[in-house]
Amino acid sequence: MSGAVLAPATRADTAAAPAARVDGAAAVALLGLALALTGLLVFLAGPLLAIALQAVQDAQGRFVGLANFVAYARTPALLGSLFNSLWVAALVTALSLPVAFGFAYAVQRCRVPCKPLLRAITLLPLLAPSLLAAISLIYWFGNQGVLKGAMQALGITQIYGAPGIVLAECFAVLPHALMILVTALGSADARLYEAAQAMGTSAWRRFVTITLPGARYGLISAALVSFTLVITDFGIPKVIGGNFGVLATDVFQLVIGQQDFQKGAVVALLLLAPAVLTFVVDRRVAARQTAQLSARAVPYRPQPKPWRDGLATGYCVLVAAGVLAIVGMAVFASLATFWPYQLAPTLKHYTMGLVDAEVGEAFVNSLSLAAGTAVLGTVMVFVTAYLLEKTARPAATQPWPERALRGAVRLLVMLPMAVPGLVLGLGTIFFFNAPGNPLGGLYHTMALLIACTITHFTTTGHLTAVTALKALDAEFEAVSASLKVPFWVTFWRVTLPICLPALIDIARYFFISAMTTISAVVFLYTPETKVAAIAILNLDEAGETGAAAAMAVLITAASSLAMLAFMALAAVAHKKTQAWRQH
Amino acid sequence: MLSSAAPALALQGVTKQFGSFSALRGVDLTIAPGEFVCFLGPSGCGKTTLLRIIAGLEQPSAGRLWQRGREITRLPPAQRDYGIVFQSYALFPNLSVADNVAYGLVNRRVPRAQARARVAELLALVGLPDSQAKYPAQLSGGQQQRIALARALATSPGLLLLDEPLSALDAIVRVHLRSEIKALQRQLGVTTIMVTHDQEEALAMADRIVVMDQGAIAQVGTPLQVYREPATPFVADFVGRVNVLQARASVAGHIEVAGLSLACPAAADAAPGTPLTLYLRPEDVLVQGSGQANLVQARIEAVEFLGAFCLVDVSLPALGGQRLQVQLSMNVLAERGLGVGAPLALQLLPERMRVFAGATSGATSGASDGASDGAAGAAPSLPLAAAA
Amino acid sequence: MRLLSPLSLIAGTVLALAGAGAMAQGKTQLLVYTALETDQLKAYQEGFNKVHPEIEIKWVRDSTGVVTAKLLAEKANPQADAVMGVAASSLALLDKNGMLEPYRPLNLDAIMAKFRDSKNPPAWFGMDVWGATVCFNTVEAAKKNIPKPESWKDLLKPAYKGQIVMPNPASSGTGYFDVTAWLTLWGDDKGKGGGWKYMDGLHENIGQYTHSGSKPCNMAAAGEYVVGISFEYRANANKAKGAPIDLVFPKEGLGWDLEAFAIHKGTKKLDAAKKLADWASSKDAMLLYGKNFAITAQPGVAAPLANVPADYESRLVKLDFNTAAANRERVLAEWTTRYSAKSEPKK
Repeated sequence: MSGAVLAPATRADTAAAPAARVDGAAAVALLGLALALTGLLVFLAGPLLAIALQAVQDAQGRFVGLANFVAYARTPALLGSLFNSLWVAALVTALSLPVAFGFAYAVQRCRVPCKPLLRAITLLPLLAPSLLAAISLIYWFGNQGVLKGAMQALGITQIYGAPGIVLAECFAVLPHALMILVTALGSADARLYEAAQAMGTSAWRRFVTITLPGARYGLISAALVSFTLVITDFGIPKVIGGNFGVLATDVFQLVIGQQDFQKGAVVALLLLAPAVLTFVVDRRVAARQTAQLSARAVPYRPQPKPWRDGLATGYCVLVAAGVLAIVGMAVFASLATFWPYQLAPTLKHYTMGLVDAEVGEAFVNSLSLAAGTAVLGTVMVFVTAYLLEKTARPAATQPWPERALRGAVRLLVMLPMAVPGLVLGLGTIFFFNAPGNPLGGLYHTMALLIACTITHFTTTGHLTAVTALKALDAEFEAVSASLKVPFWVTFWRVTLPICLPALIDIARYFFISAMTTISAVVFLYTPETKVAAIAILNLDEAGETGAAAAMAVLITAASSLAMLAFMALAAVAHKKTQAWRQH
Repeated sequence: MLSSAAPALALQGVTKQFGSFSALRGVDLTIAPGEFVCFLGPSGCGKTTLLRIIAGLEQPSAGRLWQRGREITRLPPAQRDYGIVFQSYALFPNLSVADNVAYGLVNRRVPRAQARARVAELLALVGLPDSQAKYPAQLSGGQQQRIALARALATSPGLLLLDEPLSALDAIVRVHLRSEIKALQRQLGVTTIMVTHDQEEALAMADRIVVMDQGAIAQVGTPLQVYREPATPFVADFVGRVNVLQARASVAGHIEVAGLSLACPAAADAAPGTPLTLYLRPEDVLVQGSGQANLVQARIEAVEFLGAFCLVDVSLPALGGQRLQVQLSMNVLAERGLGVGAPLALQLLPERMRVFAGATSGATSGASDGASDGAAGAAPSLPLAAAA
Repeated sequence: MRLLSPLSLIAGTVLALAGAGAMAQGKTQLLVYTALETDQLKAYQEGFNKVHPEIEIKWVRDSTGVVTAKLLAEKANPQADAVMGVAASSLALLDKNGMLEPYRPLNLDAIMAKFRDSKNPPAWFGMDVWGATVCFNTVEAAKKNIPKPESWKDLLKPAYKGQIVMPNPASSGTGYFDVTAWLTLWGDDKGKGGGWKYMDGLHENIGQYTHSGSKPCNMAAAGEYVVGISFEYRANANKAKGAPIDLVFPKEGLGWDLEAFAIHKGTKKLDAAKKLADWASSKDAMLLYGKNFAITAQPGVAAPLANVPADYESRLVKLDFNTAAANRERVLAEWTTRYSAKSEPKK
């Protein structure tokens, strides 16, 4: 029997000449990467370059150097907007960070009941377009607002302008800061606290010397993310900004309202700066982050302390109530017949919105955009991450074209995180509408919207994919090669199934982001491809606030349903394909 | 060139540079078909790099490789003929044992029934019959190791590569598994190369051991040769325990250690007065028995109980208080009523002494001081094992 | 679990995309740029499709200013086939830039001479008139003790401080005709005239400048502000919905403009565009316009609007479209420099 175990050799034993350096499988991998690079160049690098070009040209296309920048610096109204953007973003960060930190601390370090429910409520702003908060605040604090008196008692004369922007942005930014801080405060080594207690350290000192430093990278990260989100947000200042100019609305005003592409490009480049800064600092910080939990750490389990836990619970409930108040008011406003004079509930805002103003079509467009982004985006992001991570030979042995290709893809795939949606959308219309661009046929299509949205949200998807891939044994591909199985077979049979949870996560992220995004699509949409978020803007502009609120609530509802659907999908996938984990 | 006696694997001048760091320096090696060869050496000696070059997972900076007479230097892994088992096993966690083992077969369009039979055959061979439906997470480390082995062997490769396959297992399982792997290899007759840093493993399993140090081969030989006739101080020191003493060549097959004259046939060719380093294994020091040569008085300083035997630390007044480690069984100690502080007469077996030219500053269990550079740089009178 | 075979997934996606693409064939598509209100578009489109079901209209809708700016920007690479429901003052500007295709629609003779381009064949023709109306929220005014204004000059009174909203003339045609009217009434004089002095005074009382012409009235109707300077269609519709507003028609005179139609030069769908022009000038179309506006380009068609006085037409100021077109850029630039800090972010 042993003789039969080893089948006779089937290959020729003659000494063959040395074969080519790159075999078929490696060629396929390189081709895939080349495609990814092309996509990134066309939808990311091209638009960015187009903006830079516009900023240094005049209306006739002649090169004028920094003349546009100078003209910008000389316009007091525009400079005023720059200043406004900066201080509003700083204020929102200063306000929301402690709120988020308090909540994260309460959830991670105290014993608070119903944590999953409280956390889910604070994630609601993610499911809504940012305009929802702005619309809701008009109903709370506007000239006919419910709490207008209270607000004026605090010395704020009206909600339109900076106060409204700040409040609404705090709402929108909260879940982002929370996610980062909850993770940062979640990994604590109990031994540090025990040692400190054994030495008789007071609770306050423990907080200041152990907790805060341990969370400092999370705090920095959350601050940067909040700042950038606020400065680049378009929807909120549009609805509730009133007379108050900010960079995001300036870009729009200049480009669409006045067709002044040159100044618009200048402002877009200014918008790029905080995002790039955030990106660079974040990478440095991430590199220096030491692991909080070494293999020997003991996970921290908070001890019950009635007073502290009671306060913490009360605080969390307060924050959650704030979030619900904003969402709830939007729902109420969408149902009120004629605010503020007739408050009887009606569905006419929903029907009017959906049937009359082509908003139903917009809603369908939103769904197609979200679905297209989720499906295509997930595939592209995951395949690219796989090709980058798992098909590389050791760097020293790669011929330089391959090394350049991989380096370029790696760089470009991280870039979208540093580019605000407004800038990307603007660059895309410059790039694709330029006369002589062979891809101009894509202009005005849903395909371009999908491509732009995928590009906009690529980086987070990529990072998730890379994390999942790195958890796989590094030698799968080597084993596969030794067994003469091409890497794509192993990709299909092993990598993909194991990474399915991550894939579903990525798809969910793409879907929800595409449902609620407004900043990139606001330049690119056409009547056929108008999405629901834009429809809300139009309704608000026309003063149909009830209908606008209705649409915003619908988007939130759709996102929530999608979220639940994805969770269900994840559960099913888990049962069917991840059964092997449970043993 | 077709040759029926073509070696299973031939390496010529294989070199690997990482920037300015030389991982491998001019390695020449020939492996016969059916042989079980171990690459043995400390971390960083280049053994894993060499294995990966053979597997095609790394490219050599210089040198050539042939498998059965066919040059494979530039071939990618998919075009070579080998199976590999990694330290982490790299079993596909989401596939059943049967799917894992059949992985390489599926791609060759082997008919399903045939593949199933083959899987059953291999699982029986590795001692895990009827485990087709299980998943890797349900198996212990040793069992996973065997599945990985079965998977590597499924396609009947001409060469089996094992990259520290036992290092992730606990001691008892390791011992058990190594005899199983050895038995399996013997039964199948597949040429096997195993990388390990555990010299006990290498001694137990290999037909030949390739001892590597700092990117070069220090010695190639059978376990007995490598143990009994180390070609360099490094090999003597790395494989097994050894005592190191400074000596000077004396007349006619004798050496002088701290004034004491000892018989040492190995030093026969050394000119009198040449400084030498003496290497002597603990088990080659006997409690005075029938022989008369090389008797020295000793005093027991410490006894380290290791179960089957003891490592006894003795001092030799005659040699100026220098220390030796001596391996004595429990029975001997009990018989003679020996304990710490007891005097003891020891015989240093002359025929077991190894000497190398030059002085070293080594202590009893000291490390090689790097006097060896590349191939053996010792005195020409010392036998070298056959190198490729 | 065996995942779906990759081949079948790819095949399915390709088929789905192909199917979707195939569905878009068949009809002629006209890209029509418009500033018409969204609640009016559907009715007009349905009316047109009753006569011409084989032509599909794709609207590009935005406020007058934005549409005008967009058309001008696309001059070198035109996208629009026709322009419908955009202010005549803007169309006159486009005509100056040589962007319109003159055409004599079927029903041209029924249209009043002052409501069409004077050339033969005309570059554009009017559909309906829309003019200024002030929405005054009586409930909020009572709460704040604010008197009802009778004239434009009344709005300069300190009682109205922060209580007035009006459209931004750069984006809204409604805002633009207000500015034109004030400059006509009290003088422009290249920035030094009484009209500018009036606007300086009014600016002190303005709470916000909005992007669209409808929003001021909608805000007044909702009580956000007391006075909304808007136009008659919106005011009438809001009052009909039950908003507590009174419609005020300031004594000195009302600004107005003409919603008009033109074919874009260089369109590849000239026949279809001509058919649309013919319908837009027809009596059926005029009847539709008349449901929304007091004055249509074809006289005697519009039924009177409930809350708009019968002599509305006589309250309109004198307006020359060509002058308005010629001055547009300079007037807007001057206005932006003076007052733009209070503008609601433009779209």
